[in-house]
Amino acid sequence: MAQPLVKKDDDRDDEEYSPFLGIEKGAVLQEARVFNDPQLDARRCSQVITKLLYLLNQGESFTKVEATEVFFSVTKLFQSRDIGLRRMVYLIIKELSPSADEVIIVTSSLMKDMNSKTDMYRANAIRVLCRITDGTLLTQIERYLKQAIVDKNPVVASAALVSGIHLLQTNPEIVKRWSNEVQDAVQSRAALVQFHAVALLHQIRQNDRLAVSKLVTSLTRGTVRSPLAQCLLIRYTSQVIRESGNVQTGDRPFYDYLEGCLRHKSEMVIFEAARAITELHGVTPRELTPAITVLQLFLSSSKPVLRFAAVRTLNKVAMTHPVPVTNCNIDMESLISDQNRSIATLAITTLLKTGNESSVDRLMKQITNFMSDIADEFKIVVVEAIRSLCLKFPLKFRALMNFLSNILREEGGFEYKKAIVDSIVILIRDIPDAKESGLLHLCEFIEDCEFTYLSTQILHFLGIEGPKTSDPSKYIRYIYNRVHLENATVRASAVSTLAKFGALVDSLKPRVFILLRRCLFDSDDEVRDRATLYLNTLGGDGSVVETDNDVKDFLFGSLDVPLVNLEASLKNYEASEEPFDIKSVPKEVKSQPLAEKKAQSKKPTGLGAPPTGPASTVDAYETLLSSIPEFSNFGKLFKSSAPVELTEPETEYAVNVVKHIFDSHVVFQYNCTNTIPEQLLEDVIVVVDASEAEEFSEVASRSLRSLPYDTPGQTFLAFEKPEGVPAVGKFTNLLRFIVKEVDPTTGEAEEDGVEDEYQLEDLEVVAADYILKVPVFNFKNAWESMGADFERVDEYGLGPRENLTEAVNAVISLLGMQPCEGTEVVASNSRSHTCVLSGVYIGNVKVLVRLLFGIDSSSKEVAMKLAVRSEDGAVSDAIHEIVASG
Amino acid sequence: MESCPSIKNILLLDSEGKRVAVKYYSEEDWPTNTAKESFEKAVFTKTQKTNARTEAEIAMFEGTIVVYKFVQDLHFFVTGGENENELILATVLQGFFDAVGILLRGNVDKKEALENLDLILLCLDEIVDGGIILETDSNVIASKVASHSIDAGAPLSEQTISQALATAREHLARQLLK
Repeated sequence: MAQPLVKKDDDRDDEEYSPFLGIEKGAVLQEARVFNDPQLDARRCSQVITKLLYLLNQGESFTKVEATEVFFSVTKLFQSRDIGLRRMVYLIIKELSPSADEVIIVTSSLMKDMNSKTDMYRANAIRVLCRITDGTLLTQIERYLKQAIVDKNPVVASAALVSGIHLLQTNPEIVKRWSNEVQDAVQSRAALVQFHAVALLHQIRQNDRLAVSKLVTSLTRGTVRSPLAQCLLIRYTSQVIRESGNVQTGDRPFYDYLEGCLRHKSEMVIFEAARAITELHGVTPRELTPAITVLQLFLSSSKPVLRFAAVRTLNKVAMTHPVPVTNCNIDMESLISDQNRSIATLAITTLLKTGNESSVDRLMKQITNFMSDIADEFKIVVVEAIRSLCLKFPLKFRALMNFLSNILREEGGFEYKKAIVDSIVILIRDIPDAKESGLLHLCEFIEDCEFTYLSTQILHFLGIEGPKTSDPSKYIRYIYNRVHLENATVRASAVSTLAKFGALVDSLKPRVFILLRRCLFDSDDEVRDRATLYLNTLGGDGSVVETDNDVKDFLFGSLDVPLVNLEASLKNYEASEEPFDIKSVPKEVKSQPLAEKKAQSKKPTGLGAPPTGPASTVDAYETLLSSIPEFSNFGKLFKSSAPVELTEPETEYAVNVVKHIFDSHVVFQYNCTNTIPEQLLEDVIVVVDASEAEEFSEVASRSLRSLPYDTPGQTFLAFEKPEGVPAVGKFTNLLRFIVKEVDPTTGEAEEDGVEDEYQLEDLEVVAADYILKVPVFNFKNAWESMGADFERVDEYGLGPRENLTEAVNAVISLLGMQPCEGTEVVASNSRSHTCVLSGVYIGNVKVLVRLLFGIDSSSKEVAMKLAVRSEDGAVSDAIHEIVASG
Repeated sequence: MESCPSIKNILLLDSEGKRVAVKYYSEEDWPTNTAKESFEKAVFTKTQKTNARTEAEIAMFEGTIVVYKFVQDLHFFVTGGENENELILATVLQGFFDAVGILLRGNVDKKEALENLDLILLCLDEIVDGGIILETDSNVIASKVASHSIDAGAPLSEQTISQALATAREHLARQLLK
């Protein structure tokens, strides 16, 4: 109880003694006149500068006039020889950031200091001058800076080197001339000078890969004194490794160096090296092990920073290589109770990634205790991790779904609740067994949901999924309760959901009609309007009759025009006698955001945008393609590939292509971007030479009328191919167009254009393009129920490989099928591995593949047994053919 | 990643989250004073309940990593990018923290810090220059800051009587306050 009293006293003390109490800008500016005194009082001047700095630090800003005035009087202080005052003068000059014509006034004073005998003056004057100077002055002082870099005082050398790093951004050509001096400084015995010199030298040479590689080679052999410099070197080394790229052949260059750094005496270096190893491209389990071992030691450190760093890195590793991280599971579990909640959350999510099916239940128990005492933002992370865990182990959906529904009932903000609801929705969609229980959880949630947005989204979702369940009637009560208890928005959406049940489930129609009629007396007109519309269109006067398909389409079908376009058209529509015609809405999607947008938001979206990941891309592509008359009779789109780049990055025209596979056609969608502001391209088309693709013949094309600067556009090309046959081939592409010069000031293009061409890279249609990645959730069941009627088994030699992971990945990417049940991950050092894949082959034929790999420990020869089951013998053979010819 | 380790800001706040001294090195992240203040407020609120008095603590925050340590009514923070090596940030924090301890002769609290704000500001200036780490050894930092004396090159005669008196008075005052 005494605590508050004491605290009060403290507060009063603070106020009494704060030297800046009641400070005011105007008064301090007045005080600054002491700078002009003929007899300088150094101590008093320092105090005034401190006050000025205090004001600036508190966010006070000086007007231009005030700043100039202060600056001019500060320059007078160079007369004083008091070091303390001079230091404050340096500080305030940097803070005031004077303009170019003001800088001239202090230049000579600073240049004098740069050549002073006092080290402190030299070092600081260099930093100040380089901070405020512009290029013209730099040539005058360049000589002194070069001298300073090799100054025997480390503070001076560091000051010059750090200034060099800053100046390199604005005046690279000057700084690059200092290479020799910087090279000398790299050999300095002073730890930090070496650090700064290495950093500057690397930046000078960063665009010269060979030079960087040489730098790394010589430094890794020499002695690097400072831990900071060592960290830099580790970063540069990983850059060299990354750029050398070649992983297949033997040992990775410099790996030994990185591994050696794991035994450095400084934790900073150990961690930097461990992190660098985990981020190596295509890192092998053998390479990972030593790094994970040191990170594991860090997990039990007494320092929170160390624990955090280690668990964060392991968390990242677990995304791609869960198996090696499992060794740390015990240490990780003890971190769940860590004081620092960031560490605890990272530990939990890592465990969720590395856990196996049997540990799920135990883990969930621990998490339940943990959830109550962390902030919403951490909870969201955990919910997302649980969602992916559930998708990985669909058999465990009960425990996980229960967990989600429990936390859904607890207190929480909108973002958190939305994350949970999104997760449940995704689970319902992807795990058929989870549908009924998931829907009931959602129903219970909307009984007491304070967020209108979530209620309406759930009601909409119920309308889609509910009627398809075994007993749709049990949802009606929950929905109708909304009509009584909620605000108008939710009521309206409940009415729509009810109508959907009525339309889709004929036996429920009479009861739904009774409920809808009651809604006719609602106080809100939107609710009444909806009820009236549904009652009149569903028809049948509430008896058990089938709803007309046209009516269903009209009420619940998709509009098949992009919503953006519809919105734009509606805005343009002026009320008149003529009714709005939906056919007048353009079907073409204006910009081409599909692929790019998807790449940005990798996370599966929940309620907002219905189907997940690739499916929605396909939908969007389908809408796009069906809006083009030439392609409308190609039938259903089977698969759209990911965009393949046909140009180097940062070229004049950026083109990528999406391969759309139909039953007997292939459409190439070329997405083009013009990156030259002074050009307008017209009649853009890709000319394709298909002589190396015999089975394909060009049937239609659609050019792009105009391609202005920075607005992506598409041109299409369609080929016919034998029906259902996975024809492969190579296509050479040439971009042909008419260039018109654009006046950059007016933005208007000239009348006449010139025809031009641009060579693109080749494009291949491969076997994997004909297989859709479709996961199955219980491979064993699926395999058995498919039966052995069309099973084909054969053995293949894959030649020498680095390890099994490489062989497994090669086969997966060759077949383009979906690895199931996490079998794409190969345990470290294992000599044999089983991997199961599933997919759908063109013609909608389900295919399951079981791969058995074995590696010879000495010769590294990999052998593979391939068993294929499908619904069609020809397809099973085709899969074997792909492997045999790949 | 190939880049030099860099510091986004160093903050010294009091026990109510008010500024004692702050230094930002990354104007693009916090272009205005309002942005800076709201960052400080958010960081302070997020960390104030944690116990960062014996060991430095760490938090992820708005795409940055913040390491922090408290003593008395002072809160020390060092912020770096989210891909920065956490231990480098912690080393900078420790350098700052210990250097302030040396400069304030062990009396590390807000009152002492404000009374010696010049030392604190110089200290910040010696640790990081434009985001690049200058020095992390607290003894070196403190000695660079504390070399407060008359320029050795200045002849004694140039010191006026009043200056000499002022210096003497200051020495005396410091002695008495001890």
